[in-house]
Amino acid sequence: MDAWFAQYVDAYYLRIMVLIGINIILALGLNLITGVTGQLSMGHAGFMSIGAYTAAILTLHYGTSFVLALLSGSLMAAFFGFIIGIPTLRLEGDYLAMVTIGFAEIIRVFFLNFELGGKAVGLYGMQQYTTFSMVFILVILVVVLNWQLLKSRYGRALYAIRENEIAAEACGVNTTGMKVAAFTMGSFLAGLAGGLYSHYMGYIAPQDFGFMRSIEILNMVVLGGMGSIPGVMLGAAVLTVLPEMLRIVADYRLLFYGALLVILMIFRPNGIMGDMRLYDLKQRLRTKEVKTCRS
Amino acid sequence: MPILKLEKITQEFGGLRALDSVDLEVREREIFGVIGPNGAGKTTLFNIITGIYVPTEGDLLFKGKKLNGLPAHKIASLGIARTFQNIRLFGRLSVEDNVKIGSMALMPAGFWSSLLGLPSERKAGRKAEEKSRFLLKMLGLYEKRKEYASSLAYGEQRKLEIARALALEPSLLLLDEPAAGMNPAEKDELMDLIRRIRDDMGITILLVEHDMHLVMNICERIAAFDYGRKIAEGSPDRVKNDERVIMSYLGDLGE
Repeated sequence: MDAWFAQYVDAYYLRIMVLIGINIILALGLNLITGVTGQLSMGHAGFMSIGAYTAAILTLHYGTSFVLALLSGSLMAAFFGFIIGIPTLRLEGDYLAMVTIGFAEIIRVFFLNFELGGKAVGLYGMQQYTTFSMVFILVILVVVLNWQLLKSRYGRALYAIRENEIAAEACGVNTTGMKVAAFTMGSFLAGLAGGLYSHYMGYIAPQDFGFMRSIEILNMVVLGGMGSIPGVMLGAAVLTVLPEMLRIVADYRLLFYGALLVILMIFRPNGIMGDMRLYDLKQRLRTKEVKTCRS
Repeated sequence: MPILKLEKITQEFGGLRALDSVDLEVREREIFGVIGPNGAGKTTLFNIITGIYVPTEGDLLFKGKKLNGLPAHKIASLGIARTFQNIRLFGRLSVEDNVKIGSMALMPAGFWSSLLGLPSERKAGRKAEEKSRFLLKMLGLYEKRKEYASSLAYGEQRKLEIARALALEPSLLLLDEPAAGMNPAEKDELMDLIRRIRDDMGITILLVEHDMHLVMNICERIAAFDYGRKIAEGSPDRVKNDERVIMSYLGDLGE
């Protein structure tokens, strides 16, 4: 399948599509933490780097199969998400954001001095195991499971924590436990995306996972619409394609990028699809039908 | 045996004593009212019973079981539901979902069974849906079940809070100023509803309210608080005529 794609689709576009897929997995992970459960995390790139490094070290130094390395990377990231989550999720809002930024920085500095991770040079020479079809299938799997979870009562309870924590607790929702669970799931997905990323680029270094990367992921969630799966997917796609399209303006790229973000946030403060519900859309269609019948 | 018993409950915030050695007994299937001026410690009392605060001193017994130090969601799952003085709904969730989440204590949703959509979880979901339909019909909110909770009118939001609390199938229901901001007609309707909840569902009700008309009409027993102390307790008539209560709170009612 991948050979067929390579033959008919331009390598540049294929690359962008793979990156969109990886970013969708990343953003859906953060969406569980920040968009759905409402816990502002600004260190998502830290968890991504744990997955990326773990998977790369395993395939490079230990000859582990890619699937196993990918899974180990995700589990490692999830484990750290869990460990970090327990003490920090008693904090709220800005305080939690500070701690997550701090954590991601610690991870970055750790890899900067980590012998096995190649220190500042990073790791290189990973085989390009990540293929378009693989990313495609994983994205579908992640989306389906996300959707399944969020429409369930468990998912509704996660939204309830975002809406009003005290009331959720009074309804019998174990808010601390669920926040840690959301954090762990989000970190797992970040680790998965990290493993895919390192085996697509073939080269990773600590600076790939800095603070700006975390902000970029947060942007995808906020821009797309907090808590909305299609919204976040769209956000990830737009923010992956946008910098590419802005290559025309060369040096002013970041300026335009910033300006576009500001404009979007003014016109859609809840994100592109943040205040859209399937029910409302159906309702709107239905009323239109009635009108056409009468006229 | 009383369903709820407070023994020498004291709550301190720094140097402030919000509740001072309070004893209280609520009997099964009664409507019990708590009154007192602002800052008397009524809401603090509710927050202690529901586990939001851990009392500095004293014991809290529900059906003979000690509640001290239990997290709020555990207390909820034992059968204590509440509404809030300043409405706390899940604003950007549908009316229906608000009520469904109310039954989480009764039927906890497991992570894996939810993620994989196992039959057990689907069944629980259907049950929660049935219950929400029943409660929303009972409170006259069924037509609005798909709307966002935040888009409801004020009185409807108060009703929705009650529906959500009832979804927990509590044996004790705590209502924190349920009539605040309601007009006389709505208050009459509310009184009716509270009586129905007690009579038809057998739920014990503990309520805090400023509206004397409502309290004196539906409560069988009343406790009056002032500055964190219980100053009177008994039937509405007795509390109404208690000198200390009149002094601290009901002074202008006697006019």
